[in-house]
Amino acid sequence: MSLLQSEPIRVLAFLVGIIAFAALNAAYLVWLERKEAGHMQRRIGPKEVGPFGLLQPIVDGIKLMSKQLFLPKGCDPILFMIAPLMVMVPAIMSFVTIPFSETLVARDINIGLLMIFAFASINVLGLLLGGWGSGNKYAIIAAARTVSQNVAYEIPMLITVIGVVMVYGTLNLNEIVIQQAGGFWHWNVLNLKASLLMPVMFIIFFICTLAETNRAPFDMAEAESELIAGIYTEYPGMGFGVFFMGEYANILIGCALTVILFLGGWQSPFGETFVPGVIWFLLKLYAIVFTVIWIRWTYPRTTFYGLLNLSWKILIPISLVNLILTAAMLKVF
Amino acid sequence: MSNYFGEIFGGFQSLLVGLGITIKAFFDPVVTLQYPHESLKMTPRFRGHIELVGDDETGESKCIVCGMCQRNCPTGCITMAGEKPEGAKKKVLTSYVLNFTTCSLCGICVESCKFGAIAFSKDYNLASTNKNDFIFDLKKRLGEKS
Repeated sequence: MSLLQSEPIRVLAFLVGIIAFAALNAAYLVWLERKEAGHMQRRIGPKEVGPFGLLQPIVDGIKLMSKQLFLPKGCDPILFMIAPLMVMVPAIMSFVTIPFSETLVARDINIGLLMIFAFASINVLGLLLGGWGSGNKYAIIAAARTVSQNVAYEIPMLITVIGVVMVYGTLNLNEIVIQQAGGFWHWNVLNLKASLLMPVMFIIFFICTLAETNRAPFDMAEAESELIAGIYTEYPGMGFGVFFMGEYANILIGCALTVILFLGGWQSPFGETFVPGVIWFLLKLYAIVFTVIWIRWTYPRTTFYGLLNLSWKILIPISLVNLILTAAMLKVF
Repeated sequence: MSNYFGEIFGGFQSLLVGLGITIKAFFDPVVTLQYPHESLKMTPRFRGHIELVGDDETGESKCIVCGMCQRNCPTGCITMAGEKPEGAKKKVLTSYVLNFTTCSLCGICVESCKFGAIAFSKDYNLASTNKNDFIFDLKKRLGEKS
């Protein structure tokens, strides 16, 4: 027992666990995405490989791994090879501070939220370098779009998060979850005592998560119809595979943050405690992931101007108003 | 100002309507057909390649070897032969071969047959890499059918 609790073993266990969680989720979220897309278009989706097509992601992975890592002519080899890692590694690093339950958290540090946002901004750099390093016009256009999109959406997202941090007075994610204890009416999304606009803040944060992870309807970085595959155009085999895993890991991080900041993290919705917190956390997490995929297969891609207008004309003013309102209400009550 | 908020609320509402439509489709039954594993039964008026029609009682072909179909065929893809056995009143069909590679499924042969001896079949899974697979011996086919 003492060996299991010793620090090196703990670190190793979390390291393996987090990488396995991220990789498994990346693989099976693709399966979920294809299945969900299929049923929303009233088809079945993958079904040939294994029962319900469950072995499909594994076969896809093997196919990607068996491909040659080919460097396109005119690319910057170092940037080209480094870019997928710069998307994947920060995403996995961010899992370190995510509290899956009260005790199941790799590092319960008190600036967890800040750390996640710090790593999340590296993700953009990875995409930019990938686009630039490819030496492909489509990839460069996509990279420019990604950067302006992410800059535009990081602002309302951070303003919303400032509001939440003001309410709870801490950047420690576990602490934020603990303060939302006692049934779903105590969750932050219904925390009308702190700010009347809390549900609106939740929606703004969710929209920004979609935009930050480059998901449809904000998938300007990978606009197939106009940019082939955007940044991923030149990437062969596992270079593309790592990008893809990073993208899904980022979606998971975004959804986990939404759950932690607004939906009570690992807290049970009815205040009872006999169901382990990790189950509630995963249930909420996958409900949000389902919604993200649901949104992707409902809306067409926005135009680029529509995307920026939404951010600068609607999301930023409303989140600023909300920030002021929260500050005022905190001062008065 | 009211226009600004009106647009936001109207837009948001329309987004929710869209989500409602897709989630309804998500729970609706699947409409696609898993083709190689299951296939549709062809409709009665489907015009496949021709086949010989057998007599209800004897099962033999109704064909009297008049040769109208062969003569009317614009691409000449029907080859038929018949003989008159001794003592019989009518000619009997001995071979009827359709070269489906040149057949355009126009159906003039079916129209020209006054005896209802040929009809459209319902076959449609006819892909092959061998040209000889499209030379159909329709008499043999009728024999296998009855």
